[in-house]
Formats: sequence, structure tokens, C-alpha cells
Amino acid sequence: MDWTDSAAADEARRGNQQAFRVLVERHSHAVFRLAFRMTGNEQDAEDMVQETFLRAYKQLQRFDGRAAFGTWLYRICANCSLDLLRSRQSRREAQPPETGNESVHWLDRVAAREPSPERLTQSSQIADLLQPALKRLSATERAAFILRHYEGCDIEEIARTLGVQANAAKHSVFRAVQKLRRALEPAWGAIR
Amino acid sequence: MSHLDEEQLVEAYYAPDEQSRMHMRGCPECRAAFERVQEHLDALRDYPVPERGPGYGGEVWKRLLPQLPPVRKPRAWLRLWLMAPAFATLLAMAFVAGMLTQRKAQLVGTPASTRERVLLIAMNRHLERSQIILSEIANGSTAVLDFPREQERARDLLDDNRLLRQAALRDGDAADASLLDELERVLLDVANSPAEMPSRDLEALQNRIDNEGLVFKVRVRSSDVRFKGQQL
Ligand SMILES: [Zn+2]
Repeated sequence: MDWTDSAAADEARRGNQQAFRVLVERHSHAVFRLAFRMTGNEQDAEDMVQETFLRAYKQLQRFDGRAAFGTWLYRICANCSLDLLRSRQSRREAQPPETGNESVHWLDRVAAREPSPERLTQSSQIADLLQPALKRLSATERAAFILRHYEGCDIEEIARTLGVQANAAKHSVFRAVQKLRRALEPAWGAIR
Repeated sequence: MSHLDEEQLVEAYYAPDEQSRMHMRGCPECRAAFERVQEHLDALRDYPVPERGPGYGGEVWKRLLPQLPPVRKPRAWLRLWLMAPAFATLLAMAFVAGMLTQRKAQLVGTPASTRERVLLIAMNRHLERSQIILSEIANGSTAVLDFPREQERARDLLDDNRLLRQAALRDGDAADASLLDELERVLLDVANSPAEMPSRDLEALQNRIDNEGLVFKVRVRSSDVRFKGQQL
């Protein structure tokens, strides 16, 4: 069906599930991409995709059409992922140090799929360091950085998503970049 | 003019402003530092995401469909919630304070009574406002935080917090009472700290908010309350 996003959202709000299906099929890839970058883990990302569409469906009455439907949806996805990261973080802080029993990461999968020695290049060095470095950021810093760097959101948008003032959002992006630059120090030599 | 610091260089990478551009034009040192930032951030662009096939949207829909609840039309009181939160808080406070007790007999006993709705509205509003101030303090530095303003907001929230905590206790809602109790202690700390807060004290406060997972707890409870409100 050739609905625009806002027409489909209107229809879905009136209870037309097929209209919501159009929106799900249209936005699933982008929501997955964001969820994966936020969580760094395929299974978590799939869970976040489900949770995002479920929350969106329940909250359809509150979508007022002022923002694009996609923007509204990505904000929900960022928030779901943020909730997950924060709950993990607070649980981690409350528990003894991990024993290396974490879920499998994209890096391990990439490494398993492409074990060629050429991967010991600059970009693989960066990739090897990036994921653990991202994990060391606070949930807010990670979210702010992902939204700024990969999703191209502006500061106002990030502030709205995180529920903070613009200055705090800007500062979170900066702290994330600063920590990542420090953590990736060993890889920078290879760039030059 | 002094050189650009790292924060300004990062800012210039994402959203260059005329001032930093001008500075870099005349300053080889900052230009070199900026190029370094640019190289690093460009190198981070490549963050591989696992492929999803063309049928992925259909798969998501298939998994989602059994979980979808029926869509509800917004009720009149929900529109009130969305449009007049300040009025709603006043109403709720009046109610909690017992000013409407003479009408209570008419209200209690009906399913999803007005009292419950009013309390939910007040609780939702209170948690949303608390979440903003907690997040700002948890993520800010002494340089970016307008601490006196946060204190003013914390003082505003304290009265509502006490009333809501008392209402939760009266209703035997131990979980809400304990969350509001935790929140109250942090709000009191914010309200009673010196306006010129030393970074060390701010860090201690941030650690406390972090360790208690308070922002998350408030966020989760806030979304539960909102959801419950929609179901009434
Ligand atoms: Zn300079």
C-alpha cells in the first residue's frame, strides 16, 4: 500500500493494523541498525526492535505528527536501548566483576567469518578497540555519541531523546569522543 | 584569542561555526589539532552492522503481531493529562492534602476512581520533572551545570514529593513510597548544597545517583505510570 508515513500512522491510530504493518516493514532495517549500534549485540538489538515497535504501537495516540514518524520511532528505539544499557550498568555495578561470560559480539563474529591476516590493518585495530571502548562509556555518553556520530542527530534532538538540556547533551557527546580517542590511542599511530 | 580546546574542536567537527573556522584559518596549531580530531572521528565511521535480508520487515511484523494490544482511543481525562499538567498537579495536590475529602465518598468505590487517575497524573508529572533534573545533574560538570537553577527546581519538587510519598504510604504502596523516599533524599541534598558546588561534591552526588540507579528507576516507574494511565 502506498501510504505516506503520516497517513499510515493516522490509519494505524484508528485501529488499522495493516497500516501499522506498513510502518514496521518500512522502518525495521533502520531501527535495527540504530539498536545494534546502541547495544553492540545482535540479540539485544532484535529485542530492542520488538520493544520499539510495541511501545510505538501502544503510544500511537501520542504521536502528534509534529516530527517525522521515523524520527519519533528512532527516539523510542534510542530510549528503549538506553533503558537496557542503564539497567545493565546498574546491575553490573551491583555485582562482582564479570567472569568473561558475556554474549557474543559482532567483533567475534566478524573475526570468525573473516580470519584473514590482512585484517590486522588499521581499520581492524580500530574495530578491535572500538567495541570495548564503547562499552566503557556511560549509557548516556554512548547514546549521545551514537546518535551524533552515526545517526547524524543534532544536539537539540539528542537532548530531547535523553531528556536533558542541550548543554548536557553536547557535553556527553564530547566526553564520549574524548574517552574514545584516549582508548583508541594505540590505533592512531597506524593512521599516520 | 586563545586556542580552541578539545571540546571546541569536536564541536567544530560536527557543527563548525564561523568563529572556530576563522580561528583555524589563522592558526596552524589549531588547524593541525583539528585535522587530528577529524582523522580519528572519520576512522570511527566504519561500525559494521550485521546484514538483514529484504524480508526482515516481514519477519519483525510476524513476531510482533501476537503481542499487539487493541488500540484505544484517548479518553477525555487523558487529554487533560496531555494538555494541562500544571492544573492536574494542583488538583492532585489539593486532593492528596485532603481538601476534597468531603467528596471522597462519591469517588472511592468506582472502578479506576477519579482519585487514582488524579494521583497517576500527579505522579507522572512529578517523575518526568524529577527525571530531567536527575539526568542533568548526573551528566553535567560544574562548568556546564546551572546549579542554582537546579536547586530551585529541586526545592519546587520537594513539596510534591512529600505529598506523593505520604499518599503512597497511605495506600500501602511500599515500592512507590521507597522510590519517592530515595528521590526525596537526593532532592534534599541538591536543594541544601552550596550554590557554588565544588566539583568533588558534585562528583559524590553524581556517584550516589549512579549507584542507586535512580535515573533508571524513575524512568521505568514513570513509563509504568504513563502506561497504567492509558489503560484506565
Ligand atoms: Zn589556535
